[in-house]
Amino acid sequence: MAILDKHKILETNATLLLIFSFLVVTIGGIVQITPLFYLENTIEKVEGMRPYTPLEMAGREIYIREGCYTCHSQMIRPMRDEVERYGHYSLAAESMYDHPFQWGSKRTGPDLARVGGRYSDQWHVDHLRDPQSVVPESVMPKYGFLEHRKIDGKYIGDIMAANAVVGTPYTEEMLANAQADFRAQADPDSDYDGLLERYGDKVSVRNFDGQPELTEADALVAYLQMLGTLVDFSTFTPDPSR
Amino acid sequence: MSKTPEKLPGDPNTTGHSWDGIEEFDNPMPRWWLWTFYVTIIWGVIYTIMYPAWPLVQSATAGVLGWSSRELVQEEMVAFEEANAPWNAKLVETSLEDISKDAELQQYAVNAGGAVFRTWCAQCHGSGAQGAPGFPNLLDDAWLWGGSLEDIEYTVAYGIRNEESDDARYSEMPAFGELLEKDEITQVVQYVMSLTNAQTDDAAAQAGKVVFEDNCSACHGEDGKGDVSQGAPNLTDAIWLYGGSQEALTETVTYSRFGVMPAWENRLTDAQIRAVTAYVHQLGGGQ
Repeated sequence: MAILDKHKILETNATLLLIFSFLVVTIGGIVQITPLFYLENTIEKVEGMRPYTPLEMAGREIYIREGCYTCHSQMIRPMRDEVERYGHYSLAAESMYDHPFQWGSKRTGPDLARVGGRYSDQWHVDHLRDPQSVVPESVMPKYGFLEHRKIDGKYIGDIMAANAVVGTPYTEEMLANAQADFRAQADPDSDYDGLLERYGDKVSVRNFDGQPELTEADALVAYLQMLGTLVDFSTFTPDPSR
Repeated sequence: MSKTPEKLPGDPNTTGHSWDGIEEFDNPMPRWWLWTFYVTIIWGVIYTIMYPAWPLVQSATAGVLGWSSRELVQEEMVAFEEANAPWNAKLVETSLEDISKDAELQQYAVNAGGAVFRTWCAQCHGSGAQGAPGFPNLLDDAWLWGGSLEDIEYTVAYGIRNEESDDARYSEMPAFGELLEKDEITQVVQYVMSLTNAQTDDAAAQAGKVVFEDNCSACHGEDGKGDVSQGAPNLTDAIWLYGGSQEALTETVTYSRFGVMPAWENRLTDAQIRAVTAYVHQLGGGQ
């Protein structure tokens, strides 16, 4: 094959080698990545997914800031032991408003993809403050300082706007009311009708950390208590080919 | 300059590259390496034919073997469900009291219930059901909402003070910080401590008795022995969920407590709920 004997031209010409290397990587990239954008079965349609509320979004930011993803995954694999322990295996759609996704790659602690509603708020507060007080065998560090860091959601609208730029369907109204919704979700005595109208009736409005101030613990617990609870699995039929 | 090495007969040709007189033999790749390389290419092609791989217009090729991780997990789940189905059916049909009369069924219930407990309950109640501050010990004889099989089953299914279930057990102790004076709280704490023979200030405890009768006895009873119908704990048994020290009791009386347990009716099957009920009941405290 004559063309194979011509490799010397590429090997002795650095610019040409660069161009052809780039070409090869491009082809590989196109074959692997492009189909994900047009194949209909990449992300299946499910009912219940919604963008994160401002308070949950703040909790997610804290989750990322504290590096929770280094020890906790959010990805239940389709295997019996995982499904028995954590619940239904994760669907691609459940991460569609995650920028970036929090699948993680290591489980020092358990998977958190469906931790929402599994424990009480008080358990989360106790557990963040002193994990060993409720799970003696745990090696998780303490995050009690979150209860003392007050937050006001001043910049949460900006974070949501940035997410809207990359495709999360936040409406103008959601962005305009971000700070008000942020406060309302952690205060059951507030007027939170607007929050429920914008994000749905299933949004939990509670004083998550049990103390009067709005703190990072409120935001993180609100985020954790929502995880994995959005999709309505009673209306979900798995397609085996996905 | 060094001497150009002598080319021996039988030596392969050189590549023609020369650096300071050093040349490079143009040896062919070892055969075993080359063939392994070809085999991996062939293997790769076969693999993409057998398993889901190539993206087409509508979907990716499914592969000749029809392999699907979702189907595999589904099959495995169903296989275990079917294997346990007769036992689970028997568990749901048999009345809670009669489960323990059938030794084999009781053994199944306790083992299955133990697995459910370790998966879903241990984080709060402890892996040995010993509890933690704020989360009840299930090994002892003290029960907030009752320790009979029916009571335990109800608590597991509907939970306590949660938002998920309308049937959740519910009661709310007032935060007496807003209702009583500081002195009165101090006195009633002294009185409550005196019920378990803790060291107390007798005068304050006597005054606290009046405060207790006026404010606390409706739920905790005249004698302080509690009321399981409303989850009011027995204050005379020296078993404390949130601590029995003066500080802890003052906090409890001032701000109240509001322990929440999730409802499991939508997460666990009936058989699982009955199994974990049987498991918890036989831990030692079941009534």
